Amino acid sequence: MSFWSSVRRILIGDESPSEAEQPAPAAAPPPASEPPSHNGKLPVSISINGSEVSDTVEPRLLLVHFIRENASLTGTKIGCDTSQCGLCVVLENGVAVKSCTRLAVQANGAEVTTIEGLGSAGELHPLQEGFWNKHGLQCGYCTPGMIMASKALLDANPDPTPDEIRHGLEGNMCRCTGYTNIVRAVQAAAEEMKKGG
Amino acid sequence: MFPANFEYHRADSVAGAVSLLAGHDDAKILAGGHSLIPVMKLRLASPAALIDIGGIAELSGVDASSGSLRIGAMTTHAQVASSDAVAEHCPMLASAASDIGDPAVRNFGTIGGNLAHSDPASDPPTVVTAVGGTIHATGPNGARSIVASDFFQDLMTTTLAEDEIITSVSLPARQSGQVMGYAKLKHPASRYAVISAGAVLTVADGACTGASIAVGGITPAPFRASSVEAALQGGGLSEDALSEAASAVADDIGDDVLDDVFASADYRSAMAAVFVKRALLDAAANAG
Amino acid sequence: MATATRIFSSGIRRREDPRLITGGSKYTDDLKLPGMLHAAMLRSPHAHANILSINTSGASDAPGVVAVFTGQDTQGVLNGLPCAWLVPDSDLKTPEHPPIATDRVRYVGDAVAVVVADSRYHAEDALQHIDVDYEILPAVVNPEAALQDGAPQLHDDVPNNEAFRWVAEGGDVDAAFDSPEVLVSERIVHQRLVPNAMEPRSALAQWTEATGDVTLWSTTQNPHIARFLTSVVTGVGEHKIRVIAPEVGGGFGSKIPYYADEAITVFCSMRLGVPVKWTETRSENFMATIHGRDHVQDVEMAATGDGTITGLRATVYAGMGGYLSTAAPGVPTILHGLMYCGPYNIPAARAEVYGVFSNTTPTDAYRGAGRPEATFLVERMIEKLAGHLDMDPVEIRRKNLVAKFDDGHDIVLGLTYDSGDYEAPLDKALEAVDYAGLRAEQESARAEGRHMGVGVSTYVEICGLGPSQVAGAVGFQGGLWEGATIKVTPTGKVSVAIGSSPHGQGEETTFAQVVADEIGVDVDDVEVLHGDTDNTPMGWGTYGSRTTAVSGAALTLAVRKVKDKARTIAAHLLEAAEEDIEYGDGRFFVRGSPDSAQSIQDIALMANVAWNMPEGMEPGLEAQAFYDPPNFSYPFGAHVAIVDVDADTGHVSLRRYVAVDDCGIQINPMIVEGQVSGGVVQGAGPVLWEGAVYDDDGQLLTGSMLDYGMPRADVVPDIESLSTETPSGHHPLGVKGVGETGTIASTITIYNAVMDALKPFGVEKIDMPLTPQKVWSAINESRG
Repeated sequence: MSFWSSVRRILIGDESPSEAEQPAPAAAPPPASEPPSHNGKLPVSISINGSEVSDTVEPRLLLVHFIRENASLTGTKIGCDTSQCGLCVVLENGVAVKSCTRLAVQANGAEVTTIEGLGSAGELHPLQEGFWNKHGLQCGYCTPGMIMASKALLDANPDPTPDEIRHGLEGNMCRCTGYTNIVRAVQAAAEEMKKGG
Repeated sequence: MFPANFEYHRADSVAGAVSLLAGHDDAKILAGGHSLIPVMKLRLASPAALIDIGGIAELSGVDASSGSLRIGAMTTHAQVASSDAVAEHCPMLASAASDIGDPAVRNFGTIGGNLAHSDPASDPPTVVTAVGGTIHATGPNGARSIVASDFFQDLMTTTLAEDEIITSVSLPARQSGQVMGYAKLKHPASRYAVISAGAVLTVADGACTGASIAVGGITPAPFRASSVEAALQGGGLSEDALSEAASAVADDIGDDVLDDVFASADYRSAMAAVFVKRALLDAAANAG
Repeated sequence: MATATRIFSSGIRRREDPRLITGGSKYTDDLKLPGMLHAAMLRSPHAHANILSINTSGASDAPGVVAVFTGQDTQGVLNGLPCAWLVPDSDLKTPEHPPIATDRVRYVGDAVAVVVADSRYHAEDALQHIDVDYEILPAVVNPEAALQDGAPQLHDDVPNNEAFRWVAEGGDVDAAFDSPEVLVSERIVHQRLVPNAMEPRSALAQWTEATGDVTLWSTTQNPHIARFLTSVVTGVGEHKIRVIAPEVGGGFGSKIPYYADEAITVFCSMRLGVPVKWTETRSENFMATIHGRDHVQDVEMAATGDGTITGLRATVYAGMGGYLSTAAPGVPTILHGLMYCGPYNIPAARAEVYGVFSNTTPTDAYRGAGRPEATFLVERMIEKLAGHLDMDPVEIRRKNLVAKFDDGHDIVLGLTYDSGDYEAPLDKALEAVDYAGLRAEQESARAEGRHMGVGVSTYVEICGLGPSQVAGAVGFQGGLWEGATIKVTPTGKVSVAIGSSPHGQGEETTFAQVVADEIGVDVDDVEVLHGDTDNTPMGWGTYGSRTTAVSGAALTLAVRKVKDKARTIAAHLLEAAEEDIEYGDGRFFVRGSPDSAQSIQDIALMANVAWNMPEGMEPGLEAQAFYDPPNFSYPFGAHVAIVDVDADTGHVSLRRYVAVDDCGIQINPMIVEGQVSGGVVQGAGPVLWEGAVYDDDGQLLTGSMLDYGMPRADVVPDIESLSTETPSGHHPLGVKGVGETGTIASTITIYNAVMDALKPFGVEKIDMPLTPQKVWSAINESRG
């Protein structure tokens, strides 16, 4: 069937799918808010950006899902299934972790910092300023993980060379920037933080 | 993407972990989780229970007080890489650990978990094999020690029993005159070591008086390059001498060579000598 | 307040960024609606199989599962997914493409069933409890092999899997190839690539029974097309569909097409009466989001003994995958075959392109879309010609480049380039790298047994798609114009709405710069809205480096309408003749009396309160404009790459990269540089790391980021981005577009550099990606 004949068929109506075939709501589904019945759930309490988030979760729940779903902090992203892309990097007790490779139960009792906890639009962290000033992001999807990995990098090495920055961010992929401006952004932040510190 | 469901138990001691492991069918030890969780997410493994040993303090840390270097199983790659004791006694391991995966992976991946996983494309098995390390494990029948050459058996297969837990790995203290070198080819996607080579040379008066060489990534488990070791014995450290000795690795590889889209068996076999040579040059450079 | 300085051409930082660097922005998968359920797709594990039966009862009974649907449920309810680029005169076949397979699967990843559950975890768990009985059929993955007699047949109504055969020819090609003085030829494989936008695709559908409205949040580059095609596939009237592209995390072409998943998600919401969200995993992305490239090309170039090109021709086998994706047929034809002349005077050229079905993921436009493949073959043949004649490849280029022009240049394949000065960027690039110095360095390196290579390319590309009449003539089932509206509020703030849908390219900033400069408002007083079909004018989307070129032009026309009206109001208020009114820095004044002025804000207030308007003038200060470009735009440039090859291992390092691009007038040079850097690195990927590899059974061997290598920070250098500025003569701002130039040029530039490094070994060709093994093998074979 050609494209336009199918468009005409549907939109102009000579042969549109019959009313009877229109999807109709099924018998009322169970409300989505009803918790699934599952044995083996465990209480987990994680301090995220200074706020305690407690819930009872399946042991298999990944930390990144705990952050995004249970704590409703969606700044942290998921980009791969295999611990490669680094979109989900957060700090756990000050240390960078790929939160897709960590169970929420493993992080029980930990202090987690996500991009939302680093700085706000009114009070940006120097890294956030650096990424903004140096055009270190385009679509922004890798940015939270990239910034958190950069935070860990600068915590360990406040004065990195461009090469050290590139190696320090080897676990964080960006498909937009080609990394040139990300390196500049981290350098700029390092400069700024040295002034501040 | 996430794992299938499992029971989760947190052990607070090695004895407790052993007993939990014995008490659950199809249970696996969860160390840093950086080898296990990815394969569980891909549903390549779906254990019924995980025994988390992350809370057992005695399993973490590096101890060089007893004449050898003892590294707790839960010690992370980052901790290994930054340990002064490791840098002193096994610089090859420090260097290899500093280049595993990426910084976030190194923060949580552990040496014990890594060794238990026995991935041929991983650095620590090659290093531990090269230096002649010993893996210490505890099971229901008590503790035992397994030398590296007996430990790594096959692809993802070790002689660790189902009911045993790795508690530490010990590496001989570096002797005077010993230098080490390491070289690897990184996979551009996974960042794993497609090929890795570790070398320990004992040098006296500019000549090699002892050598221990291991090669990983080429065969299902790392192997000792005994032909190279023999060829080095008594020889000099010139590039030509090392290069010629390295080429003897061809006799050590055997027939069971790994092969994939990125690196064919032929390529891996040919690269063995190149990376052994680079590890030797790296070691020789450290001889000053 | 009015600004005293031009904000246009200034590298101001982006207004998009504060929400992105703080994690506050919402992408589709970040959205949560009350009562929302989660969908997961069961995908075929086989590349080619008949579906004998499907048993979903195990899944229906699984925890949290609300519904399971198969192709039997959608058949007759959802229409087939349309192909929307019906390239004419090509005998194009468009076999049925059901959103959920009913009787046969044609690639690994083809949707077979959908589970809807109360959580993503439960939905995905339940997939394992669906039993599908498959009868496995022989598969074929290579496009050329698929065309041969006896190959497995994918579609009963497509003999030999030939989706189309398309020919473009200009000049006397037969004469050019009838005993040319020099003939060089090559078989080039431009491998299949996986776009891998960092954000996986996602769709959230909400159907409201009481109104019959559907709202679809979607990771699309073109919400208006998505609405149109949602209507086509679901049968819901377009007026009842609202598509919203919220924050979108990169696309690179992979979010242009209309996918089964969107329609299925809408179907689920309509069937269940609750919002339903679906988000792909990266593993699904590898198999069910379009791939790019997949060309096998047989190329010949004819020339005279002094290096003057006399003809170019190629036969191309382009893989379409299992079905025709939305724009797929246009990519290897219109966007590829018409560009064989490059920036050169090539008097005769011919492209013969076969589009071929194979048991692989459908292909479609991926950054550059057809043009990287064209640039690659032209620039590779130039290198071959240079090698054959023992001439410097730069000299060959200079000899054949079209001379500077600013008012159109016709090429034999029927296109008219808008403006060009092709030697200028070449000169600039060679100077930046000290080309002569590099050649000297290379000579001494070779003497020491080191292998560095220098690669050069000059290119021209076609973008700013495009004149709608041409779109229609080449079979694109839509227009390629753009709409823009502008509203100036009583307080002098400006709301702009555009039909295109930027997702990282920064037009919220650059378009605000355009508006600020045209009417003199502060750039921060301009808001640019996009991505929602309910509050933006019609537009065809963000792809083909067309947003600034086409949508930006529409916006310019709209703001100029506002300015004209403001001038009339100013004349009225200043009691002067309109022709005596001058404008400067946001103020309208009577010529010679700059102190007596009406600011744009004064006028905005008056227009909105309308107390004192010119006789007969409607109140308000708003305008709408639609821009249909008279021609495409043709950015160009010259790139240089320097690589080092480790001959012992075959490992290639990219040492330095200099890009000189001419994308016309630049609105924001910082953003231009960012586009170039990202584009260059994206084009570097295929040379060194990237490639989708299938086994003979149609299983994708590189189906995850563990296997499919992508550029990382530690393996690429800083990309040095320079430019020349040659305005496009037909554009109201003189801009051309820059989204794809980097990718179009860099693949061949780096490839040329590696081949240059390998010259001492006599190696002239290695199929990409140039992995250590392949480079080492080539060196090794040459050594005998």
